[in-house]
Amino acid sequence: MDSNSLLYSLDMVSTGYVLNVEQRAALQTSLDLLKKNYRFNRVLFWGKILGLEFHYFIAQGRGADELKDKKNLYSFDCMDWHLLPAVTEQMILDVSTAAKGRFTGDASHQYTHFETDVETGVEVSTTVTEETRLAVTIQRIDEEVSVVPRGAFTKTRDGPVQTNRCFGGLSHSEAQALDGFLHFAEPKRARRSLLDPLSEDIPDGSWSLQLERNGNVCVIRSLLWLGLNFFHVPMTPQHGYVYMGDGCRTKDLQLMI
Amino acid sequence: MPLGLSSRHVPSQAHVTFRWLNVGLTVVGVCQEETDRTGTMATPGGNQDADKSAASFKAFLMKNSTESNTNLYDHLTRVLMRVMDERPHNAVDVIEDLSRDVKRGLLQENQDNQSTLRDHQPTTTAGQLLAEQQRLLFSPGQETEEDEVEVETLLPNVAEIGFYLEQAGVGLGREETQRIFLALKQLLHSKPLKHCRLWGKILGVQSNYVVAEVQYREGEEEQLSTEDEEKEGETQDDEEEDEMGEVIDPLPRSTYKPPPVVPKEANGTGANKFVYFVCKEPGLPWIELPSVTPAQISAARQIRRFFTGRLDAPVVSYPPFPGNEANYLRAQIARISAGTQVSPNGFYVFEEEEGDEEDEEPRDSYVVNPDFEGFPASEMAEDPGFTWVHHVQHILKQGRCTWVNVAVKPEQESSEEEEEEKEEPDEPEPKREWGPPLLTSLSQDADMFDTPPWSARMSSTLTSQHAVAVLRSNFWPGAHAYACGKKFENIYIGWGLKFAGDGHTPSVPPPPQQECISGPEVSEALDPTLEEEQAQKAALEEQQASQEESEDMDGEEEEEEDDED
Repeated sequence: MDSNSLLYSLDMVSTGYVLNVEQRAALQTSLDLLKKNYRFNRVLFWGKILGLEFHYFIAQGRGADELKDKKNLYSFDCMDWHLLPAVTEQMILDVSTAAKGRFTGDASHQYTHFETDVETGVEVSTTVTEETRLAVTIQRIDEEVSVVPRGAFTKTRDGPVQTNRCFGGLSHSEAQALDGFLHFAEPKRARRSLLDPLSEDIPDGSWSLQLERNGNVCVIRSLLWLGLNFFHVPMTPQHGYVYMGDGCRTKDLQLMI
Repeated sequence: MPLGLSSRHVPSQAHVTFRWLNVGLTVVGVCQEETDRTGTMATPGGNQDADKSAASFKAFLMKNSTESNTNLYDHLTRVLMRVMDERPHNAVDVIEDLSRDVKRGLLQENQDNQSTLRDHQPTTTAGQLLAEQQRLLFSPGQETEEDEVEVETLLPNVAEIGFYLEQAGVGLGREETQRIFLALKQLLHSKPLKHCRLWGKILGVQSNYVVAEVQYREGEEEQLSTEDEEKEGETQDDEEEDEMGEVIDPLPRSTYKPPPVVPKEANGTGANKFVYFVCKEPGLPWIELPSVTPAQISAARQIRRFFTGRLDAPVVSYPPFPGNEANYLRAQIARISAGTQVSPNGFYVFEEEEGDEEDEEPRDSYVVNPDFEGFPASEMAEDPGFTWVHHVQHILKQGRCTWVNVAVKPEQESSEEEEEEKEEPDEPEPKREWGPPLLTSLSQDADMFDTPPWSARMSSTLTSQHAVAVLRSNFWPGAHAYACGKKFENIYIGWGLKFAGDGHTPSVPPPPQQECISGPEVSEALDPTLEEEQAQKAALEEQQASQEESEDMDGEEEEEEDDED
């Protein structure tokens, strides 16, 4: 969620976790500094990944193209931020092999996985640090479950994806169906529209859409990544998503719905 | 000239715009034409020609489009009017969006104001109905002074708990917490309770549950338990009737004996020590959850499902869950309470008992310790194993907190001879289950899936002398406890699911049962082959023939007497 509107946005969505006053105050200051130092167009508070010992606060800076120019940073105290590396295919492969269990909270912790290669009989070990795992997890969450309302972003042909400054918000009826909300990621299905709608997700039923606060706020929660909360106030341009969870994907979703 | 503008625009402004447009177009038209022809700016002598070309260009602009019944001139006017009204920042960058918006607005005005962006809300939405009910939460009420004093001593300190939870980084936001506590106050007024606490919130797919933990005053318990017993009696009668019908043609009897039903614990003890109420949103009526049975707890341990948000929804699973979502919710609440409700070591103590020290029954009651000093928050965060204890009884594998031997039947205890006859020699005596006693410290909790059961930390590192110690459960994500000095509280906000490591493995159906024992009436035999049958027939005929011969010889005298042939 946008750093400009952080103060009231977090109150809109009840994730079960809140930021206490000290953290909010620190975020206000440090996010502004980040925007200046890295020359971001916009800085968002992306969320919090809970490790066993310490928690990671994650911020995301957006450049000219909202979809492609993204940089992620993490911090332990909402003040000192460290840039996460850009994610490569090799990193994704390593993390899926080696990283098991929960996040520990130590960025330099190493996950090692030993495997005996079937053909050659040589033992191969894959090692990956928690920092890499963090970067890969954030990217996966963004790709699989980040949500925006329909019409909030525009794209000219071959141009960057940008916020639509004329977005007036979805109507009340539109906000009650998953059709009105889109994944904020490269479209996976060949469609005419820019982004994929949530209603076409498989498995069906992996989203929970509710109207909270007397029907004034539409809250969408993902069941695939428990902890991803999206809110939108219909008839206003206010929307945002935040992830507050332990960074683990639900592995047996089909059995649970 | 027809403006084509909606009535809200001020005519004088429109006039001004037209003049600007006229002037602008003329200039544009003139410059363009002249530069096209000569490549230089026009000379004053060519004004009449310029006017004519401007007029024809304007007429061109005002020609209505064949598709949308509007023209470029009017559209440009409207767009410029909008820019004049709104004065957007970087107008040149957003002009395309504005233009599209204006077109869309006009189109919808023509379609009887059925704008999807600006739809009219129905007169009373669900949200407005809820708001009216929530308004009641804020009314001061008309109870007597006695009631008010009683209620207020039972109601926890709302603002303080909300503050500490916020420090700990857990909670629902200030307004919602406030509303929930006012709803708890309403609950206290409506029922005779001696203890009431916010237990937490369980999220569901369609709606959520706010859960309150209460204890009734002595002697005021509800009648739900008797209804359950009546239902159990009815099913037993049905079974007896079925048995009667089969006497005429007895089929082989099944030797399957279902495992004995473990009786549920009485209200006020063990897993049923507290009663739980749920509501969807604070302000809506509180609904009491039924008490939990051991079978439901055992089944809940084997399945993994999200809650839908409707208490009467069926729970479709394998192994089949005995009950609907209300029962499943109650079973999960029992499991979460048993696993994660903790208090600082020494806050509660056992009562002074005069009985046997070798009492086998585990103690299940405690009192608040008046001499509790409290630990500093840093110690509670660094050494949670010693400083925190469980104050809810552990649920045994059986599904109860106190063990019951289901194999022993009360009738057999009278005489030993009957026991020898009826007791099944095949079934071993069930082994007594033991669990950790009440007020066990957290150091006794075992790891699961390589994860420690608890994580503890301070709420703030910058102001640690006033910080709150926060304890988080890793097995039930969402269960938290905080302690600050002598105050502490537990809360659960989550989906109601236990941490399952690498994924939940559903249980496999049991192997098929043994076939029935073959006795004489149901024994199988191979059909005889053709040769065997013929051989048997031949042997039988020979036997008959030899018998007849011997009869003939004996019976010749008899035949002489019989002269019928």
